[in-house]
Amino acid sequence: MGAAGHVRHDDPWYDALASGWGELDGTGAPAPVVPPARREEGASRAGEVYLEVQRSAAFQEVRSRYRRFVVPGLVAFLAWYLGYVVTAQTAPGLMARPVAGAVNVAMVAGLGQFLTTFLLTWAYAWHARLRRDRAALDLRWQTQELTRGLKGGER
Amino acid sequence: MSEHHQALALVLFSVFVAITLAITTWVSRNRHGSAEEFYAGGRLFSPMENGFAIAGDYMSAASFLGVTGLIALFGYDGLLYVVGFLVAWLVVLFFVAELVRNCGRFTLADVVAARMRERPVRVAVGTSSVTVSVLYLVAQMVGAGSLVALLFGGTSAAARSWTVIVVGALMVIYVSLGGMRATTWIQIVKAVLLLGGTVALTVLVLMRFHGDLDSLLRTAAERSGHGEAFLAPGLKYGGNWTARIDFISLGLALVLGTAGLPHILSRFYTVPTARAARRSVVWSVGLIGGFYLMTIVLGFGAAAVVGPDAVRESNTAGNTAVPLLALKLGGGAESAGGTVLFAMVAAIAFATILAVVAGITLASSAAVAHDLYASLRRRRTGARSEVTVARVAAAGIGVVAIALGLLARDLNVAFLVGLAFAVSASANLPALIYSLFWRGFTTRGAVWAVYGGLVPALVLVLLSPVVSGSPDSLFPAVDFQYFPLQNPGIVSIPLGFVAGWLGTVTSGEQPDEAKHAETEVRSLTGAGAV
Repeated sequence: MGAAGHVRHDDPWYDALASGWGELDGTGAPAPVVPPARREEGASRAGEVYLEVQRSAAFQEVRSRYRRFVVPGLVAFLAWYLGYVVTAQTAPGLMARPVAGAVNVAMVAGLGQFLTTFLLTWAYAWHARLRRDRAALDLRWQTQELTRGLKGGER
Repeated sequence: MSEHHQALALVLFSVFVAITLAITTWVSRNRHGSAEEFYAGGRLFSPMENGFAIAGDYMSAASFLGVTGLIALFGYDGLLYVVGFLVAWLVVLFFVAELVRNCGRFTLADVVAARMRERPVRVAVGTSSVTVSVLYLVAQMVGAGSLVALLFGGTSAAARSWTVIVVGALMVIYVSLGGMRATTWIQIVKAVLLLGGTVALTVLVLMRFHGDLDSLLRTAAERSGHGEAFLAPGLKYGGNWTARIDFISLGLALVLGTAGLPHILSRFYTVPTARAARRSVVWSVGLIGGFYLMTIVLGFGAAAVVGPDAVRESNTAGNTAVPLLALKLGGGAESAGGTVLFAMVAAIAFATILAVVAGITLASSAAVAHDLYASLRRRRTGARSEVTVARVAAAGIGVVAIALGLLARDLNVAFLVGLAFAVSASANLPALIYSLFWRGFTTRGAVWAVYGGLVPALVLVLLSPVVSGSPDSLFPAVDFQYFPLQNPGIVSIPLGFVAGWLGTVTSGEQPDEAKHAETEVRSLTGAGAV
């Protein structure tokens, strides 16, 4: 994928926002996006598009990048947090052990929780920005291109 | 407290109310009442604005007054609370913010119901959202009432009742007239005020100890009368094993509950993209983390400067630790500095409560109008009338919250907040996580996950020592206490997940492959998002 020809579309939503919600047709009901007669057929065709995109290599790659980050991340911070809470309740002696001055193990562990939360937040945002955002955006435009006019692409 | 404090606090608070009402009128001029506008504020807030608003929604008076009080009285055990409140944001950031922004329109039920038969799922998720919101609302109302009683010395029941009624009336006005746009701006103003006040007090505490945190901790430990034990866990929750497991249960509810709070989830719909939702969470983690770090300093500062005995004398739960600290830091009860700082803290605490209740009311009115009413009404009506229903629902919820706030005024605020988190983690989170990540999840699974978490959580509380069987409980005279813990999380959260699994494997319904593909593709790419 050549970076030179890449057009940045950050926050592309500004254009797509006015999709007709809240606007009424003549009968007082919201104006339907597609004529009702085409709906059933359109819905299944949109479903096929989503299945096709889901099976595509590009999507599998985005999904596995996402999962490879969040699953180990979840296990790590949940284990660290629950370990901290359980240790505080079961081994107060260990937590009271002094480290430096008035600061003890409990204090270090508590501030460590703050630190790891900040670090993981930053790491997640960094990972998502560099490893997922561009591929996800490409997929988004492709998918919307394919579902255009079908029910399910737009709700 | 002297009359100067009261007068000044009232003036500052009136200024805040005037500003917020001005915001409400100003933002709602020339706005057509579309659902997009009312529930999501037009979806064009910037990540920074939304980050401040999320922080404003989350930093409640319970943290500002309650947690600092806990630290001032029990030292380290108060800090344990704060950690859970912050770590919870990692669950929100990793699993909820972006995906919910991509899949939903206005409420949590939008996400869960997208793959399922819509009606039963919407009704279930709507019901649990309203339950969580009302519990959280009542906690804030009770907090407002006791704050008045504490700050204005008056133990008069009339003053407390009027405060609850005024707070309720104001929140209904903000929400029904201003919708999401006004509510968001009120959150932002409040977050700036609260952070400003907290920074000022923290700087004063640190100046008092010449920037030496070690001497701050030592003085706090000495004055507490517990010595070193004040700086280690165990003073509040370390008694017997029931108390310890109770805290673990609370910790679990805190860390998993945030991701299912309806008023937090609805904030992600106010930004244009999932990427903006992620960046708002990054902002709010920074702001909330900084705020909680400062509350730790303020809590230990109150123990060191005011002393736990004086704090306890003013309020046994410690809720007045920060106002007392402000008074002392400003130069004492008779000084001008003390008066100004005290009034400032009191006004900020009011502003905090007001902003938080507005956010929750909006989220629950969305759940009533968009989920419950839209599924239960007989014939479909237009989008405009849904907004009308939401405005009326806001007023109805206001009335319910005022009534419950008056009834429950003797309940512990922190307990009510913990309960709201427990219900959110048991009922909302399993349904949300399963529907986003489990291919085979079915309608029955979703419904069971919600009710299978909601009902046990509420029943266990009814059977807990909070309601009966101990001198501190709601009905001390009777004893139907069969469950030893105050917080049901450790039992009800696993039950919610198990019920969702059980409902899915026992249902004959074939999971819709295409619908799952749609949810997965949409949640990760943003295709077709609004």
